[in-house]
Amino acid sequence: MTERRSLAFYLLAIFFALFVVFLYGPTLTILVLSFQGPQGGLTFPMRGVSLHWFRQLFHGIGVVDIGGALWNSLQLGVTVMILTVVASVMAGLAFRRRFFGATLLFYTAIASLIVPSIVVSLGIALEFRIADDGVKAFGDAFHIEWIWNNFTTLMGLFTSGLGAHLSWTFPFGLLIMFAVFNRFNPAYEEAARDLGATPWQTFRHVVLPIIAPAIAGVALFGFTLSWDEIARSSQAMGADSTLPITLRALTTTVTTPAIYALGTVTTAVSFTVIGAVLAIVTMVQRRRRRLGSDAGKGV
Amino acid sequence: MGSKSNKTPYWQAAPMAAVFTLFFAVPLAVIVIVSFWQYNQYSITPAFIFSNYTDIFSGCIRQLPDLCTTFATYLQTLIFCAEVWALTLVIGFALAYFLVFEVRTPTMQVVLALICTIPFWTSNVIRMISWIPLLGRNGLINQGLLALGVTDHPVEWLLYSHFSVLLAFVHLNTVFMIIPILNSMARIDRSLIEAARDGGASGWQTLWNVLIPLSKPGIAIGSIFVITVVMGDYITIGIMGGQQIASVGKVIQVQTNFLQFPLAAANAVVLLATVLVLILGLTRLVDIRKEL
Repeated sequence: MTERRSLAFYLLAIFFALFVVFLYGPTLTILVLSFQGPQGGLTFPMRGVSLHWFRQLFHGIGVVDIGGALWNSLQLGVTVMILTVVASVMAGLAFRRRFFGATLLFYTAIASLIVPSIVVSLGIALEFRIADDGVKAFGDAFHIEWIWNNFTTLMGLFTSGLGAHLSWTFPFGLLIMFAVFNRFNPAYEEAARDLGATPWQTFRHVVLPIIAPAIAGVALFGFTLSWDEIARSSQAMGADSTLPITLRALTTTVTTPAIYALGTVTTAVSFTVIGAVLAIVTMVQRRRRRLGSDAGKGV
Repeated sequence: MGSKSNKTPYWQAAPMAAVFTLFFAVPLAVIVIVSFWQYNQYSITPAFIFSNYTDIFSGCIRQLPDLCTTFATYLQTLIFCAEVWALTLVIGFALAYFLVFEVRTPTMQVVLALICTIPFWTSNVIRMISWIPLLGRNGLINQGLLALGVTDHPVEWLLYSHFSVLLAFVHLNTVFMIIPILNSMARIDRSLIEAARDGGASGWQTLWNVLIPLSKPGIAIGSIFVITVVMGDYITIGIMGGQQIASVGKVIQVQTNFLQFPLAAANAVVLLATVLVLILGLTRLVDIRKEL
């Protein structure tokens, strides 16, 4: 194409550039301000450059247990990531065939994506409250002392909290798997089967390598969506707290750049994960181009 | 595994189905049920009463044309919805058009689309907080305005205002428009555009009569996403509105914090119904146009 660029191109290119500044500018501002000197405030100018606010962060801000929240979020994020990958790949395989309830499951996933998170969060909280009452009533009815002495609630990070996150990450995972399997050529599997591969071998050595980049994508969504999740978690975490919930609470109380330091740390984790996944996908694709098909290259 | 077995899809879909049942379908059912329950300061008890609903709308009809709290809150939220929808649609459409029709190499398209998407994978709360040093009373923009002599005292409506909420909504949610519209546009046959041009259509005519109709599925999906996010929001409005602006989601959150669960549940049902009506209207709009 040697066609000359139109005026529209230049106008839209400028618009795109402005949008990118709009998108990244504010975040860059707080990355810079988190290195504010000890005398510095929430806004410019910078009064020196230091790691003061990061040190402050690790000493703890007031009574808030930031280390605990960080650890909770990391554990939950990794768990959500693994479960999302496994369940999405399994469901993606299931949807390649007809089964009773397939349409219902698909629309439930879509609904879970677009029903307001506050509603889902409230529902999960109520569900667990009622279940708690049930357990207590059960303990009373059968005089089970263990329940009287030890039971408080079923709600927690890895029960209601995990469920709330999965209801948010699974739809993304399923949609990505749909996109992959819609373009998947079954001839590869047939070839493997004809050569005597068991179903598991076919999956492990043929299907899995082909869908690997998409799996990396699902993992990326699984971890980052959980790591940043707040709307669904707010009512569903019980006594536990995650990093975004802590951060939101801090916005109303903390008036020092320590909150920016926490923002920088959180964003750094996100970017590490995004970078790692993009690197893996690029590597797989390069490798594929190098070692891939020899079709059309002659004998 | 038995690939010929008819049971295979069932156990493969089972984990996802179980999670959606336990953490989506049942919770929604529980909300509907609890919205008819009684409550006091300490507990909720099963019942079948409508007072939670009548409480929400008490006096709403009598007071008209003055708006009761509930109507005012819904109106406020719907106004945000309309504004955010219009802004994200125009911006998202323009950016998707640029990526699909003006950027020439596929690699560049992917890279630029990724640049738009990456912030989606970072924390929303941080992306909101990051406006503070720019919009605050002593923020960069006010410093600039003062230095230029545009005003002699800091502009107050930049932060913790309708404006800052709107700005944050557009900042956070434009990606939901860009990606679906981009997806629809990428499937448009280029020869249709050439045909329109050869037939003598102007740029705007091509846009209005060819591009927009063919991008409709993407526009609909993006719109559904943006509208549902804004309708149920309480975090963006809370943080960027300085906890001073009401929204439907915020009402539910506050009632939950006061343990008024049945009331919160009734509000959630009303919100859900409103969102459903909006979505149905939107899909109807798209389908009808397709029929014509």
